[in-house]
Amino acid sequence: MQRHALNILMLIGAAGLVLAAHAGLLDNYVLTVLMFMGINIIFASGLNLVNGYMGEFSCGHAGFMCVGAYTGSLLSAALFAGGKLFGAPLLPPELAPLFFPLILIASGLCAALFGLIVALPSFHTRGDYLAIITIAANYIIISVIENIDAIGGPRGFFGMKKTVNAMYNVADLPWMLLWVIISVVLCLTLLYRLVTSTGGKGIAAVCQNEIAAEIMGVDTNRVKITAFMVSSGLAGVAGVLYAHVYGYVNAQAFNILKSTEGLVMVYLGGMGSMSGVVLAAVAFTLLVEGLRFAVPALNDLLHGLNLLPGDFEISQIWKWVIIPLILILLMQFRPEGLLGNRELTQIFPKLKKWVSFK
Amino acid sequence: MPTDKDRVPAARLLFRCLCMEQFIQQCVNALQWGSFYALIALGYTLVYGVLLLINFAHGDVFMVGAYIAFFVSTFLLSASGPELPQGAALALTIPATVILTSTVGVTLERIAYRPLRRKGAHRLYVVITALMCGLILENGNLALLGAGRKALPELLEKQIYTFGSITVTNLKLLVIFTALLVFVFLQAVVTRTRLGMAMRAVSWDKFALPLMGIPLDMVIVFTFALGSGIAGLGGLLFAMSYPVLDPYMGAMTGWKAFIAAVVGGIGDIRGAFAGGFLLAFVEIMVAAFLPSTFRDLFAFSILLIILWKRPTGIFGIPATTKI
Amino acid sequence: MALLEMNGVSQRFGGLHALLDFNFSLEEREMVGLIGPNGAGKTTVFNLVSGFYTPSEGDIAFDGRDTRGLTPHRITALGLARTFQNIRLWNDMSVLDNLRIAQYHRRGYRLHDALLRTRRYRAAEKRIEDKCRNILGMMDIAELAEEFPKNLPYGLQRRVELARALSTDPRLLLLDEPAAGLNTSDVDGLIRLVRWIHEEFKIGIWMIEHQMKVVMSLCRRLMVLDFGRTVAFGTPEEIRNNPDVIRAYLGDGTL
Repeated sequence: MQRHALNILMLIGAAGLVLAAHAGLLDNYVLTVLMFMGINIIFASGLNLVNGYMGEFSCGHAGFMCVGAYTGSLLSAALFAGGKLFGAPLLPPELAPLFFPLILIASGLCAALFGLIVALPSFHTRGDYLAIITIAANYIIISVIENIDAIGGPRGFFGMKKTVNAMYNVADLPWMLLWVIISVVLCLTLLYRLVTSTGGKGIAAVCQNEIAAEIMGVDTNRVKITAFMVSSGLAGVAGVLYAHVYGYVNAQAFNILKSTEGLVMVYLGGMGSMSGVVLAAVAFTLLVEGLRFAVPALNDLLHGLNLLPGDFEISQIWKWVIIPLILILLMQFRPEGLLGNRELTQIFPKLKKWVSFK
Repeated sequence: MPTDKDRVPAARLLFRCLCMEQFIQQCVNALQWGSFYALIALGYTLVYGVLLLINFAHGDVFMVGAYIAFFVSTFLLSASGPELPQGAALALTIPATVILTSTVGVTLERIAYRPLRRKGAHRLYVVITALMCGLILENGNLALLGAGRKALPELLEKQIYTFGSITVTNLKLLVIFTALLVFVFLQAVVTRTRLGMAMRAVSWDKFALPLMGIPLDMVIVFTFALGSGIAGLGGLLFAMSYPVLDPYMGAMTGWKAFIAAVVGGIGDIRGAFAGGFLLAFVEIMVAAFLPSTFRDLFAFSILLIILWKRPTGIFGIPATTKI
Repeated sequence: MALLEMNGVSQRFGGLHALLDFNFSLEEREMVGLIGPNGAGKTTVFNLVSGFYTPSEGDIAFDGRDTRGLTPHRITALGLARTFQNIRLWNDMSVLDNLRIAQYHRRGYRLHDALLRTRRYRAAEKRIEDKCRNILGMMDIAELAEEFPKNLPYGLQRRVELARALSTDPRLLLLDEPAAGLNTSDVDGLIRLVRWIHEEFKIGIWMIEHQMKVVMSLCRRLMVLDFGRTVAFGTPEEIRNNPDVIRAYLGDGTL
């Protein structure tokens, strides 16, 4: 019983959240922040597989998120919304809650396929090339989508909103929150199972000494490609959720800056630590939202104290000075990240008896 | 009296001539555009050659260079009044920009990268730091100076030379000429001077350098100063050619210049130029014959194909691993 | 049929011949030594056999199978394992995990088994762990299972690396200077250990070693390399008295 304490606690927490949302106790803003937290957890822990466990440097991971977001949105629009591009909806709207998981999986697979296309040439060559090729892939993906006018081009795409509404019409539940929670749990389970298996430990072996890994029988090329595909697939899932939570998707939302956010979360949490990256994703989301309020407050305060010239306003853009600065300081004084290659249970061994993951 | 039969080839010939001239015109534009890429790509390549570090902040150093050029030239023109001849303003702005921008690059190295190197941190941490420094430079600039666009005052009186239907401005010639000059200068530095040779030595064996009697840090500072100074020069020329400044102008140009450096074979000076001109050529030609939204798509795709077929780039040498 | 057969193998790096017309064969369960001065091309031979380099010329066959063009992990799966001159352990994972990963190619399940935790996965992981703990026990380092290699003294790291190589289920084990960096008493222990491994695991062993004591007491046959050429091949007695070998090691005196 004790060993399952954490799992039970998380279950109660998740149920509590859903109930609170259902009862309308959480306002829309809090709900959205919570959902973005979940999306960030999926995106960051997926990226952690490549940048943390494998020690490679994928620099344009938001591109795969973009692929997932658009695949999911198009699928969902074709199935339930219809429109100029798709004609009549293929399925009655009542089926939306049933088919949404399939949309999630299909778009994850599609993003993984793009991951494969990127991984094949990258891992043939030197380590740095992954960084370059993923950056280029990120730009290419955005550029392609912006050039397809049928799906909105640079204006973005709206169709998936109807699917979300259809779900709310079927039953009055906080559907998107539910899907985000379920996805987070499933993605983390999947990742945990992958990295603790003998096959998955090959990923860390590649990171620590690739030559030894290859000569000790690890199919390094396959390991790298698999890890990269899983990682980009998870980014794709995060992308679908992102699009449906927003009810709108725009290719520019997944530019290099979004990729950088992912990097910040991975390195903040500690490369190769699952609990670390989850904590970092939560902390990062809170930090971004916190700064949204803190920056104007600081502005008012400094103006109140007459420390600033009257015409100078501290704008929200300072957020993107402060966040990189935090990461730079982290790299200087604690480069291994918050937890640094270790799990919470390794840092606090007492936690172990409360935790049982399978 | 010409018949229809004769007229068709004549029209074709005329069309072909126009195409040819248009092509040459585009080539001139590509040379100018490629000069900017090459000037930025050099900084990436020099630093990578010495430290194996992808200095992701370098594109933003280029942007800072353009802003420094703006402040210096505005200050010069307003402080001295109209009696300062235009040429003199330019002649003063160039060294000031180069020196100030190299200071920025060296400062980055000193406060952000060097402490990490001293601690023997993983190369990846330094790359992340560089990426973050770039973000701070561009967003800090936006936060401090606001979103209002700055425009560089005119430093060079525009002159247009026309050959047939091809037009070349003196500014374009200046840009291309400067890039070539920098190339010759750099080749001389790395093959003739002690520090330049030391730079090449570091990329082979970091530990042999102290044996030559040159401190490693000095070589690194020199490398950063050189790379940033050239980027500053590029920023100035860019701002003169496209006078509206924007804090994010360095980001995209920087990424592309980096890819150009890789395509040329990162770590090689000739490679930075070859890659820069190649990238510019592709971009200009795509933009000339297709909708401009396809420019990035084609540029990046073609570069990826080159990397796939020749992973070490045009001038790169494959690295060997020893066990 | 010989376990390993090399015919006319040459390796060039640019214009440099690292190995020239190398012929060698090793029988099942045989123990052979490879010696020679520094830079003679000994590690090149091992790199060729383990598939890290592809030979410029010549054939290499392992268990009758041509290994040219095979990636190293495929050759390992055929039954070849090696250790490294400079120890190459995975330092940030436990000793047990180091051994477990060496079973990668024999794990016997696929990605979806791992993700769904199927019965096949659980059985395979149990078998792998038992096997690895068993090897650690046989090598007398069972108590190090949860330690990280980077925290271990050099001698123990060598032992862990040997255990890891054995964990790949090899039929031929290549040892690249196993005694390097060991003190005299450790060397005696190593000789006993290698002899014991040879008998217990019933495998062929081919070793590069500078310490004559090790090769002379372990190997029936010795091969001497110098500048990529085979200088001599024979029993320890023959090698000891071969004038070419003495010249290779001491120089020919006509400076």
